[in-house]
Amino acid sequence: MASLHPVSAEEIESLAIGAWILGTGGGGSPYLALLNMRALYRGGARVSLMDAADLADDDLVAVVSNMGAPLVGQERLTDPRTIATAVTMMEEYLGRRFRGIMSLEIGGGNAIQPFMAAALLDRPVIDGDCMGRAFPEAQMTSFAIHDLPMYPLTLVDVRDNAVVVARAASWKWMERLSRTACVAVGSIAATCKAPRTGKEIKACAILGSTTKAIRIGRTVQAARRGHRDPVEALVEAERGRRLFTGKIGDVARRATEGFLRGTATLDGLGDFRGRRFELAFQNEFAVGWLDGVPRVTTPDLICVMDSVSGDAIGTETLRYGQRVSVVALPAPPILLTPKGLEHVGPRAFGYDLEFASVFA
Amino acid sequence: VTTPRRRPPAEPPTVERRSPVAAATGESPTVDRRSPAQALRRRIGIDVGGTNTDAVLLDGATVVHAVKTPTTADVTTGITAALRLLREGTPDGPVHAVMIGTTHFTNAVVQRRDLTRVAAVRIGLPASASLPPFVDWPEDLAALVRGDVIMLEGGHEYDGRPIVPFDERGMREAARRIRAAGLTSIGIASVFSPLNAACEERAAAILREEHPEAAVTLSHQLGRIGLLERENATLLNAALADLARRTTRAFAEAIRASGLSAPLYLTQNDGTVMLASVAAAFPVYSFASGPTNSMRGAAFLSGLADAIVIDVGGTTTDIGSLRHGFPREANNVVEVGGVRTLFRMPDLLSLGLGGGSLVSADGAAVGPRSVGYRLVNDGRVFGGATLTATDVAVAAGLADLGDRSRVAGLPADVVKRALARMHAMVEEGVDRMKTDAREEPLVAVGGGCFLVPERVPGVSEVVHVRHQAVANAVGAAIAQVSGEVDQIFQNLSRAEAITAAQRLAEARAVEAGADAAGLQVVDVEDLPLAYLPGNSLRVRVRVVGEIR
Repeated sequence: MASLHPVSAEEIESLAIGAWILGTGGGGSPYLALLNMRALYRGGARVSLMDAADLADDDLVAVVSNMGAPLVGQERLTDPRTIATAVTMMEEYLGRRFRGIMSLEIGGGNAIQPFMAAALLDRPVIDGDCMGRAFPEAQMTSFAIHDLPMYPLTLVDVRDNAVVVARAASWKWMERLSRTACVAVGSIAATCKAPRTGKEIKACAILGSTTKAIRIGRTVQAARRGHRDPVEALVEAERGRRLFTGKIGDVARRATEGFLRGTATLDGLGDFRGRRFELAFQNEFAVGWLDGVPRVTTPDLICVMDSVSGDAIGTETLRYGQRVSVVALPAPPILLTPKGLEHVGPRAFGYDLEFASVFA
Repeated sequence: VTTPRRRPPAEPPTVERRSPVAAATGESPTVDRRSPAQALRRRIGIDVGGTNTDAVLLDGATVVHAVKTPTTADVTTGITAALRLLREGTPDGPVHAVMIGTTHFTNAVVQRRDLTRVAAVRIGLPASASLPPFVDWPEDLAALVRGDVIMLEGGHEYDGRPIVPFDERGMREAARRIRAAGLTSIGIASVFSPLNAACEERAAAILREEHPEAAVTLSHQLGRIGLLERENATLLNAALADLARRTTRAFAEAIRASGLSAPLYLTQNDGTVMLASVAAAFPVYSFASGPTNSMRGAAFLSGLADAIVIDVGGTTTDIGSLRHGFPREANNVVEVGGVRTLFRMPDLLSLGLGGGSLVSADGAAVGPRSVGYRLVNDGRVFGGATLTATDVAVAAGLADLGDRSRVAGLPADVVKRALARMHAMVEEGVDRMKTDAREEPLVAVGGGCFLVPERVPGVSEVVHVRHQAVANAVGAAIAQVSGEVDQIFQNLSRAEAITAAQRLAEARAVEAGADAAGLQVVDVEDLPLAYLPGNSLRVRVRVVGEIR
């Protein structure tokens, strides 16, 4: 029998904070999804978390995410019914019922999307995801690294538009086809990705990441309540490294091929006075240089946090003068394999650098 | 009252970057205090604060006279008294404009008083349905303001296509229902209205037909992208509609009763002014104008356009950063009375240090508790028994207030320790607000500015100015008129998009009463947008000009 852990309203709040930190600058703010969960919980909904180990090998799991431009999301908001429809549509297409619902990416707002669907469909959320953070592209998942199929996919908008991508020749094609449909419906859509069996989840997903996001959020909240340094608390609790503390100087951004790329320069404060840190991002933070020398690269998690509040700062909200700390958190082991690094290492982002983990 | 709170966890990816374009728009490094337009003008600036109402008369760049009177419960009596004092102290002459800075509207929201019940109309279904208007308001405030909530089909996509056709019939029914319920203030927000305001305009037209006496706020008039935050600002504005009408009328009467016929302006949070008639329709624009006025006044009085400003009051010290003569704005979502909005507020660091701050017996602890306005009774140099920061400053010979002999017995090591503590607070605060490794000047204003040390690390010089105690009223008096645009441009080069935005902003400034000649760009920000086709670029441009 599967043991289900009921998730409290407080844990949802912690999840939103932790997921935004694991977003490593991208993934979109969890705020609107959090507001939806508060409303659902006020209305009596409760969601349970299920350990992947309790899945039967032939159970089927829905992998969901909201897709599109964060800015459009700020105007059109996000609605639990849309993500739930993407799941039920996939069930109709497959003619099978999902045992549980899992997030595509634990970093950012997509950490909460499975909870919104689960609340409406009365299914558990599977404790895990397939990125362990946020990444900008569809093939940057543990499932892609394991060569699992990338289709079918369902895509739903707020009207009565829905698309099934029945097959795709490659991850690139899946990205191209689904992105085209997404743009057509206004650059925001709910998606249910290729369904996974219990066996695939247990072997290929990044397990426990939902619990980890909740734990990180709780660590930051506890530090704030106790007037302790939330950045230091995170570093200690998650065995991370504080790489830099300083003020944001220049920020340069450009949108190319649909992604937000750019750099930010930080001038050191405190122990780092007189030193300089440079960050490069493609939606998420990808590489960091300390005084011109590569210090950290993807897939190590590069988290930029408000030095006082411990809140995560996204690449879109970086602004001149912010006082921030750069923290590295360990990446899931699957991303560090040679195959993993092909998908999500520095070269996958166009940086001609060898990956050398901060934690090696 | 509305210190921008630092809390980005829940922050939607809002904003942009401060582009170097702003610095390249030909601005001089210092404020030109002798521009011909200003030299022609005699202006009165009034700051209505929680404790004092300050007024100054400016003739061109010269402060002719400055007065301070207590703020009165009805506000207008205090203004009339200040104007009388001001006129008594100055030679007769024409006054071309009166500018009032007030915290009245902010305080109404924060203190939950004088608010009007509002009908909220959201146009955007089937999008946005699960998060209705007021969804993230504090429950006590929502209970006071929420009169009715109406959600209708309509709104637009990011590229200007309609999401679905606007439900005009539903709007007409809603207008009748609102009227029948006796609600007279209405806030309307449509999805992507900053890009296409057609739905909001059509809804307003229907309301005019069905409910002509209603006051209507349309969200696109308040700007920015971000539906919930824009809608929140719209609903706050609608909730302040009655108070704004009453208050601006009372201000105008106070001005007339003082024998002045000059046009009346109210100051906004961006350091510019709007005509009282505009302020009556957009009270939310005055939020946080107090600290802005203080910083703008400091820029004017010192002649510095780029500096750190420290305003030391009775209980708190505000530290901010001036860039091109305007306060640097806060990064984060700003809450007013617990409501998330998209207003740009000055980025301020508030410290619990002021002239009335309590000092421990050994001098090691200063503030954050303060005797506040009771300083003139409770402070030792004024005959009281409480040891305050002012007493320490008098004992150290830094200030000449009250009776110095009353602190003669204060041990030298206590004075030294307390001063060291205060100086350390100032130094740390200044360092936190500095964003540039280079040394910058520090302008000290406010009644307690003698607490600022003469040497601060990272500061080139500490600048003291005349009339520092009324810097906020001076800031009100010198305010200009602005126009702003925040919009998504597609398939234009960055330069073309910025030029297009600048033209729109200039047109808006002229519409708001600015002189078309000599308009200046004070802020340009651009943000390329991820996951949108067609080179989408969000551009925000703000221009300012002299009052026409």
